[in-house]
Amino acid sequence: MTRYSAFSLLRNALSHNRNWRAAWRSPEPKKSYDAIVVGGGGHGLATAYYLAREHGISNVAVLEKGWIGGGNTGRNTTIVRSNYLWTEAALLYEKSMKLWEGLSQDLNYNVMFSQRGVYNLGHSLQDMRDIERRVNANRLNGIDAEVVSAAELGKAIPSLNVSPDARYPVLGASLQRRGGVARHDAVAWGFARAADALGVDIIEQCEVTGIEVRSGKAVGVQTTRGSIASDRIGVVVAGHASVLAKMAGLRLPIESHPLQAFVSEPIKPVLDTVVMSGAVHGYISQSDKGELVVGAGIDSCNGYGQRGSFHIIEHAMQAIVELFPIFSRVRLLRLWGGIVDVSPDACPILSKTPVEGLYFNCGWGTGGFKATPGSGWVFAHTMARDEAHELNAPFSLERFTSGALVDEHGAAAVAH
Amino acid sequence: MLQIDCPWCGPRAETEFSYGGEAGITRPRDPDALSDAEWADYLFCRSNPRGNHRELWNHVHGCRRWFGVERDTVTYRIARSFTLSPPDSDPAVGANPESGSAETTEQDG
Repeated sequence: MTRYSAFSLLRNALSHNRNWRAAWRSPEPKKSYDAIVVGGGGHGLATAYYLAREHGISNVAVLEKGWIGGGNTGRNTTIVRSNYLWTEAALLYEKSMKLWEGLSQDLNYNVMFSQRGVYNLGHSLQDMRDIERRVNANRLNGIDAEVVSAAELGKAIPSLNVSPDARYPVLGASLQRRGGVARHDAVAWGFARAADALGVDIIEQCEVTGIEVRSGKAVGVQTTRGSIASDRIGVVVAGHASVLAKMAGLRLPIESHPLQAFVSEPIKPVLDTVVMSGAVHGYISQSDKGELVVGAGIDSCNGYGQRGSFHIIEHAMQAIVELFPIFSRVRLLRLWGGIVDVSPDACPILSKTPVEGLYFNCGWGTGGFKATPGSGWVFAHTMARDEAHELNAPFSLERFTSGALVDEHGAAAVAH
Repeated sequence: MLQIDCPWCGPRAETEFSYGGEAGITRPRDPDALSDAEWADYLFCRSNPRGNHRELWNHVHGCRRWFGVERDTVTYRIARSFTLSPPDSDPAVGANPESGSAETTEQDG
């Protein structure tokens, strides 16, 4: 891998940028690998990267049915935060936050991680009580968090309507200053390039159509590009987790729903932070290109269609326009949907399965992007050692049988 | 937005309805007889298919009755609606309104 640097920029500029090399190879799949990661999204690529870097397992294939960055990695609203209520979740997301803070250097790829702060608004007395509780819980776990009053919010975000007669009156917020946004595509590309440099084969246009299980052990996968053998298979396919689980004869506590997001036309810098509101189901930030990036809630019914219902968009836009009256005449440019894998307790499943050598990383629901590096880091540990790291031990499939759920539904600042 | 055919009120906008999840899941008559894994499967696991899905809807802003819908989860096309059997018509089923006994209770909506 040629390192990216100011020098390489200059050298390539002198040759009119005609000599940049492809960021990763496009190898033909081999007959067998030490490990297979199904799903070339951020989480899958991060898993492969950390398998190679932390555990010395570099004979790894990442199988992606479409193209790198074409799934949920390229469809989210790019928000990164770790202010979760429960200790189990907070520590997992905080691991991820720590990795984000050094990620551009680690990967030698600018993921444009910008710690511009994340505000979670409170609209009622109960919201504010929950916010204070969560802020205190975060601090006990060593995670930065503050309670911000409506007056302070008005100063920090002048375009936010904090007047008492607003339709959704803003009483205050929690603030995580280390939170922010990252460039989602760059995260996928950076992990792909770094994993490739360590010897990982990234195989695009390769859909897994079957998982081979012999006497309780995973032995390989069938794909649209032939059979590939491996006794260690990690499935990281978000909304399609149930489909892949069925191939191995498993049932998951997961339901897939469409989640929508949209961007406006680019406008001049107006919002230098991230504002989320769980109560009114909307979140917003401004991209470096100037587009307002808005996220909505999920459609209630199951769906695999990567598009959702219009009333969900209308609902999110109503909330955003009420909170930011200044945006009422901004036009939307694009909208899209992703398929999210929602678990009963709004927490991920990072787990071994009843099939030996088969591991699942799913259930991130509407909030997986922020966890990309941490998810890959703990999942690589789980796949390499055949046991969970202490950070993901609480997130086993087993918890649905034992009842030890990590109930972040409604607890973690924003609708999941 | 979906247009859902309520068996009693006819076609209405999705916003009049609330979603009830996968149809045909019956509460076990004797939960004590189940293993933890079987109970977990009843409580949490869902078939979540890509394709044809039988699901429950409630016409909350209309007749307030539960019924079933067969819908494709990829195209979102609704094949049909069907009514549910009364709770006590099938002795194998407890208080759950969904019996899943297709022959006697389903009708094209």
